[in-house]
Amino acid sequence: MKEISEIYLPDDVRYAEDHEWARLEVDKVRIGLDDYAQDQLGDIVFVELPQVGDTFKQGEEFATVESVKAVCECYLPVSGKIIAVNTALEESPELVNNSPYGDGWFVEVNPGDLSEMENLMTHVACMEKLKGAA
Amino acid sequence: MKESLGATGLILNEPLLWEKGKKGRCGFSFPRRDVEPCPLDEELTGEGPDFPDLSEVDVVRHYTRLAQWNFGVDTGMYPLGSCTMKYSPKTNEKQASLPGFTGAHPLLPSSLSQGALKMMFEFEQYLNEITGMYATTLQPAAGAHGEFTGMLIIYAFHKKQGAQRSKIIVPDTAHGTNPASVSLCGFRPVPVTSNEQGILSVEAIAEIMDQDTAGIMVTNPNTLGLFEENIQKIAQIVHAKGGLVYCDGANMNAVMGMVKMGNIGIDVMQLNLHKTFSTPHGGGGPGSGPVSVAKHLEPFLPVPRVVEENNTYILAEDYPDSIGKISAFHGAFGVIIKAYSYIRSMGPENLKKASQLAVLNANYIKERLKGTLHLPYDRPCMHECVFSDKHQATQNIATLDMAKRLMDYGFHPPTVHFPLVVPGAIMVEPTETESKEDIDQFIETFKAIASEARENPDLLHHAPKSCKVKRLDEVTAARKPCLTG
Repeated sequence: MKEISEIYLPDDVRYAEDHEWARLEVDKVRIGLDDYAQDQLGDIVFVELPQVGDTFKQGEEFATVESVKAVCECYLPVSGKIIAVNTALEESPELVNNSPYGDGWFVEVNPGDLSEMENLMTHVACMEKLKGAA
Repeated sequence: MKESLGATGLILNEPLLWEKGKKGRCGFSFPRRDVEPCPLDEELTGEGPDFPDLSEVDVVRHYTRLAQWNFGVDTGMYPLGSCTMKYSPKTNEKQASLPGFTGAHPLLPSSLSQGALKMMFEFEQYLNEITGMYATTLQPAAGAHGEFTGMLIIYAFHKKQGAQRSKIIVPDTAHGTNPASVSLCGFRPVPVTSNEQGILSVEAIAEIMDQDTAGIMVTNPNTLGLFEENIQKIAQIVHAKGGLVYCDGANMNAVMGMVKMGNIGIDVMQLNLHKTFSTPHGGGGPGSGPVSVAKHLEPFLPVPRVVEENNTYILAEDYPDSIGKISAFHGAFGVIIKAYSYIRSMGPENLKKASQLAVLNANYIKERLKGTLHLPYDRPCMHECVFSDKHQATQNIATLDMAKRLMDYGFHPPTVHFPLVVPGAIMVEPTETESKEDIDQFIETFKAIASEARENPDLLHHAPKSCKVKRLDEVTAARKPCLTG
């Protein structure tokens, strides 16, 4: 597993307490799992995603990730309606390990309230939190 | 250290049965036909199933060789935390194979099943005594089935009160099946975090318990092997808001004869006979998960119930508030007989002693290995102790590597990566079965593995090296499972 200093936290996304990330892309928000979470989980073998059209509030469970070590729930970092899911994860769940901020994205959301993004951590705050926990 | 248990010997390969044998080979001689051949209805004929053509010795060697690849409690120490892999005394098997039991049919009338019904009735009384609860059903066929039955009872209770509730509180130190049982019953599990001591705090429960919460589901002792010391106060808070307290009793092996669950505020709980009461398990079954309830929940128990009337045992159905049947007949009957046999052969004093020794053994391992392995919660444990791989992580050695290496030394690995609250968890439950000599050898082995982790980490990365099957590719097995032979 990686040292905390090796965890990659890009500055173009915001981070939730449970290690989901959210990236604002014009009028939609793309969601995924951060580098720390994928590293802790280890090899991911299955990702269960919601249906397009489902709506969730901020903090509601929207996906389940299964690795060889554990199963964990993912919570939507911003409220909204699911407008796209990354179907590539069905066949290739390893994308979450290999490219957590790129091809390993989970869903795209039509956000209900963009101000919720402000509740999420910046990459600096997220790194501080990781260092505090280590 | 004593000579390692693990040795290499000649292990025979064995193909699938379909890859053995030869067309036309047969395991027995058909009796001579003494009637005229008669064609079957065409609807009944067609291609037969694809059975291999084998002789008797082909089949016997096949299963004997497969059995030699196996490892069980009868082979050696099996310290699988949370699973209570204690030795199953052979007398239990003997009692369960008595012809009166094996020949009994579940559809026989009660008048012809008095022995079986009496055994069930007495067994329920024993479980009431051990748990301190009021009444018990033997129907649930596994621990999680018992949890689900308990949730149905809680649901029925609130329905009877006239106001259904939607949530159940589930701590992060509960068994993994708990939130699933809650959800399956239509409740929403509300997670709550344990405190820095690894147990529930009264404040955390007071904060989230409300009038829409049907109850709490506590595993006690919890999956960190710690006793929920605040359970009485927590039960008071939950009861004050009209909720019920469910106890996952899968870890009852630690507290038999020491805790009366009925006296500390538990309303409903399940017992895992296949853990606490020494019946064989593993590989998915068979289990048995009787549910015991306090007096106010008795009307909701599944039917039929075994009732005694004038020294005669009958199956009574007349319980209008019952949740109904949750098993086709009377639960995992063979398992119930074995657990009955265990309780009768142990007696009250020895059941208590079994729990005391299970706790002593776990604490002994915890104390002797805590310098070698990281111990996240350094306090007295119950029947299991939880370490982590934190000390070994600097050598890039993970829990899984140490677990695999244990196999080379002739031990079944402990539970790994559970409970989830401890990253890289190693959960050891020695049970009362093991002697001090065997436990000492386990401890010395773990210390030797920790030395290997420092001096020769690759040895661990490639372990096991002595087993029939070497390091498996668990990732590919999970991502691309091969579901055919």
